[in-house]
Amino acid sequence: MNLRELTNTEAMVEALKEEMTRDPSIFIIGEDLVAHGGIFGQFIGLPEAFPGRVIDTPISETCIVGAGLGAALTGMRPFVDLHFADFTTCAMDEIVNQVAKIRYMFGGQAKIPLVIWAPDGAGLSAAAHHSQSLEAWFIHTPGLKVVSPCFPYDVKGLIKTSIRSDDPIIFFMHKKIFSRKGPVPEEEYVIPLGKAEIKHPGTDVTIITYSIMVLHALEVAEEMEKEGIRVEVLDLRTLWPMDWERIAESVTKTHRVIIAHEACLTCGFGAEISARIQEELFDELDAPIFRVGAYRVPIPFSPPLERFVIPGKESLKKTIYNMFGKEIDSK
Amino acid sequence: MKGDGFMEKDSKTWLELYRLMVKIRRFETLTGELFASGKIPGFIHLSIGQEASSVGVCSVLRKDDYITTTHRGHGHVIAKGGDVKKMFAELMGRETGYCRGKGGSMHIADFSIGILGANGVVAGGFPIIVGAGLSIKLRGTDQVAVCFFGDGASNRGPFHEALNMASIWKLPIVFVCENNQFASTTSVHYSTSVKSIALRGEAYGIPGRSLDGNNVLEVREAAIEAVERARKGEGPTLLENRTYRLRGHFEGDPQRYRTKEEVEKFSEKDPIRQFQAFLKNQKILNEKSDQEIWNEIDQELQEAIRFAEESPFPQPQDALKDLYVEEGESLIQRRLV
Repeated sequence: MNLRELTNTEAMVEALKEEMTRDPSIFIIGEDLVAHGGIFGQFIGLPEAFPGRVIDTPISETCIVGAGLGAALTGMRPFVDLHFADFTTCAMDEIVNQVAKIRYMFGGQAKIPLVIWAPDGAGLSAAAHHSQSLEAWFIHTPGLKVVSPCFPYDVKGLIKTSIRSDDPIIFFMHKKIFSRKGPVPEEEYVIPLGKAEIKHPGTDVTIITYSIMVLHALEVAEEMEKEGIRVEVLDLRTLWPMDWERIAESVTKTHRVIIAHEACLTCGFGAEISARIQEELFDELDAPIFRVGAYRVPIPFSPPLERFVIPGKESLKKTIYNMFGKEIDSK
Repeated sequence: MKGDGFMEKDSKTWLELYRLMVKIRRFETLTGELFASGKIPGFIHLSIGQEASSVGVCSVLRKDDYITTTHRGHGHVIAKGGDVKKMFAELMGRETGYCRGKGGSMHIADFSIGILGANGVVAGGFPIIVGAGLSIKLRGTDQVAVCFFGDGASNRGPFHEALNMASIWKLPIVFVCENNQFASTTSVHYSTSVKSIALRGEAYGIPGRSLDGNNVLEVREAAIEAVERARKGEGPTLLENRTYRLRGHFEGDPQRYRTKEEVEKFSEKDPIRQFQAFLKNQKILNEKSDQEIWNEIDQELQEAIRFAEESPFPQPQDALKDLYVEEGESLIQRRLV
């Protein structure tokens, strides 16, 4: 296997290139794609490589998602770029009432090979309308599949699988990880949906997490090793379908669980995972399940405010100390 | 009703249009009766009085053309070639229904004949039709996509986004507004900023035409032109079929927002009565042949009702099927018993 270092963005573009070359029914649709190469420049090169298949739209999120849906229903495989996950709200009826339900309410007549790509997450002082992590809304909506990977290898493999899927997928990618590099094989591969992966093995506590919080969890795992606490980091990668098997395996091994996400804690995905663990694996637990997430406020603009609101490495460390009854120097 | 001056004077086509209008009228009337007798659960929105619009437009379409329709969509489905057996079965929540009982009246679709679905959300069809139009363009076929909607939907955002997008991309779409004078229970004169919804086309560079939506031949002729324009790649058209909803918004609607006199006045303009008189006048139809048409249709519909009533309900656990193409237990949330 020949590995090279790619950024998450490069990994995504490579996946799109390969898939668009393979299947002419795939096209990309969204705002600012052709001249600008995507709002983050993330699609640079694709409009030239696939003329007519990277389509600029007016600022009309309702019809962007709806156009993706209509095209998916009539033989195409659209990849919709929503700019920011926050703008899912402008297309919420299309996503929740139409995309998610059409196959079911029409009795299985339709298939919807549609990917809605939505950069999410805070940490860039982008304030309340450009920083949210909204995955829980979509996990809560029957009919959608939700993906949120963090490493280039996973991004590439899961973009390819998402495009090939006949079910609608919301693909979240944290804005702060776009330029983060990681090894990606040159050879073709895909990663099945619904498969979590242990990114750091441990025996004392499992951090179940996804997206940017995986990176924080990995740093914490390294640091805790020195203190004799062996942390297992389980990266969910796909949020729905949830990889319950991997979760159960890890909980059964470590008997202690922390669930971490950048989204606010209340009714976050952590609540669902936690509830299921206590229902099915109560006897395995040596400690209460802890959750780490943001405060329940909109994401504020000013850097100290934002840093305070969203969780990071320190929140994870504090939680581990709390769990193991250790004192922490609270800065 | 005027008939002279129409391009085609084809008595066979005219009779076919009439027959379809009668079929929709009888389907809707029987549906109202079945609902009143408790055989159809849920909400029912009937299109009685609007038959000329669905038939006039759909009679111009090919099987592989697309339509999206609305909560008041039975007529469009029938006019596009829908199977009344599967429709009644769906309305009654049966396994043999179009959606195996998962959709009901507001969610009938038949992808095999281009019906991309009725929609429970007012204006829900606009974004989908834009996608269908775009897909036609990308695939390079000469199909056409028609979006049926009401006057109320023209006040929702998706209408405006869709007309703009269809216009800038010259999509092969015909937007068909059935202005039946009411958005649910609110008069179009109160709710809408323009005298004619067709005028809104101009704002998006789309030709708009306001038609007597109760005159099936006038609708058909305009539809022929609009569909041809779309097929030739010349872009979208907005048609406003001015009509009148003779029934309430939903079955059981007390209709406090209008008078009986108003409804009676508009009954005079009933599209079927008008077309019937016209065809008799033209000696295409007589008392006997007319009666035969109504009888034949009733027979077909009664058979369809029997089929539906004799069909089984779905198994309760079938509620867990059809959510995803790639199914799997992990995708369905367990329910704690």
